[in-house]
Amino acid sequence: MPHPPETTARAAWMGQLARAKPDRLRALFPDLPPHEVLRPAEIGTVMVQGRAGGTGAPFNLGEMTVTRCALRLTTGELGYGHVQGRDKDHATRAAILDALLQTDQFSALQAAVLAPLAAEEAAARATRAARAAATKVEFFTLVRGEDQ
Amino acid sequence: MYVAVKGGERAIDAAHAWLAEERRGDRGLAALSVAQIRAQLTLAVNRVMAEGSLYDPDLAALAIKQARGDLIEAVFLIRAYRTTLPRFGASIPVDTARMAVIRRVSATFKDLPGGQILGPTFDYTHRLLNFALMAEGDSPLGQAEQERPSQTPPAHIPHVMEFLNRDDLIETEASSDASPPDLTRAPMELPATRALRLQALARADEGFVLSIAYSTQRGYGRTHAFVGELRIGMVAVQMHIPELGFAIDIGEVELTECETVNQFQGSKTIPPQFTRGYGLVFGQSERKAISMSLCDRALRWRELGEDNIGAPAQDEEFVLMHADNVQATGFLEHIKLPHYVDFQSELELIRRLRSEAIAAREAAE
Repeated sequence: MPHPPETTARAAWMGQLARAKPDRLRALFPDLPPHEVLRPAEIGTVMVQGRAGGTGAPFNLGEMTVTRCALRLTTGELGYGHVQGRDKDHATRAAILDALLQTDQFSALQAAVLAPLAAEEAAARATRAARAAATKVEFFTLVRGEDQ
Repeated sequence: MYVAVKGGERAIDAAHAWLAEERRGDRGLAALSVAQIRAQLTLAVNRVMAEGSLYDPDLAALAIKQARGDLIEAVFLIRAYRTTLPRFGASIPVDTARMAVIRRVSATFKDLPGGQILGPTFDYTHRLLNFALMAEGDSPLGQAEQERPSQTPPAHIPHVMEFLNRDDLIETEASSDASPPDLTRAPMELPATRALRLQALARADEGFVLSIAYSTQRGYGRTHAFVGELRIGMVAVQMHIPELGFAIDIGEVELTECETVNQFQGSKTIPPQFTRGYGLVFGQSERKAISMSLCDRALRWRELGEDNIGAPAQDEEFVLMHADNVQATGFLEHIKLPHYVDFQSELELIRRLRSEAIAAREAAE
């Protein structure tokens, strides 16, 4: 089922905030505005599922640690954070940014927080992909006598 | 009979204090940090995450440090910690076709789209001790770090199996959205579904799975496996968030995936085609992933209509009930703990039997 564009955008920034390194997110967005905590940051797990043969029936592969948090800004926007790992500050910061990105601060925060995170992530992925590409085998075939 | 069961407290305290000192080792050497273990003993960390069945590199590194490098003890620590955490739910099944591949090899096709990518592998090393690592100081940066190739690999590297699938040369995996059974929530019931077997194998002891897989190669339930594809890389984990009504990325995990191509004779209803075995493991663990796919395939004998030749690898109960190293260690090592009362009764029984036997023999003489 396709989602409306605002949902897609929100899912994208929530993913970006979840994948961010906690220290980096803190450096990019150090001060937290006043907010009301609806669900205090809580550490738990999510069962990661795979599929038999990569595409078949689902199975339970194992869990991963996740921290989640829900809060409300004084202006009323709800923010949710679901981040990998056990860093409550990371989940809280992600939830606050999720709420703020729904306000007129979107463009400013997009430039100050999301864009640097996306650029750094893309650079890290490109570096890793390039290192992998350097280990790609370039086969060459020797001509055998009877083929000449 | 009364047996003293108290009085060990002071001895236990002293033993634990000594254990802490032994863990620290020579105080003349710098203490090993958890971050160093996580960053430099990554394959040990990967194994603890896979068998601990919890993806968290920091916790796995801590467990390795606390366990003095005993990986099964570390797995035990991770399993115990996991039970203290609430479960928020299950992810959407990961899409390994969208893996950011750092290693991808196929033993069945030389020239495949996307190519053979070796990645950071021990293969082709000479297994000679590198004494340079013993000397102090850092190793120089690798060649790839110094000279970046201009080519960038494709974002999406298709699975090798897709090529065989097009011609019906290999069985298709029936997709479904059935909720899989979870052996951490309900006791394992036999016969198990394939989903339950895959969960059990994914968290199974690497050594055990390796041995079972090896036994199939040597003829005990042979399935003629080729590695169709082995790939390692990061995969996004997505979860549906009920409050939001849509799915988001909650993080990413490194996975090793192995797909084997196996022989199949065909049946009355199915013309001969290749069959498949599957392995998926947390972290870089290709020995485990290959072993898992061989075990998975061997355990599928019933659904594929193959003969049960009585091989251990075909015995679901044998494989699944003995593959977990925490369960095995718990039951094995408990026999070293006090069994004074049990043994006392055994002692009295053997004394009585012996005296009766001796009396009977004397009466006969």
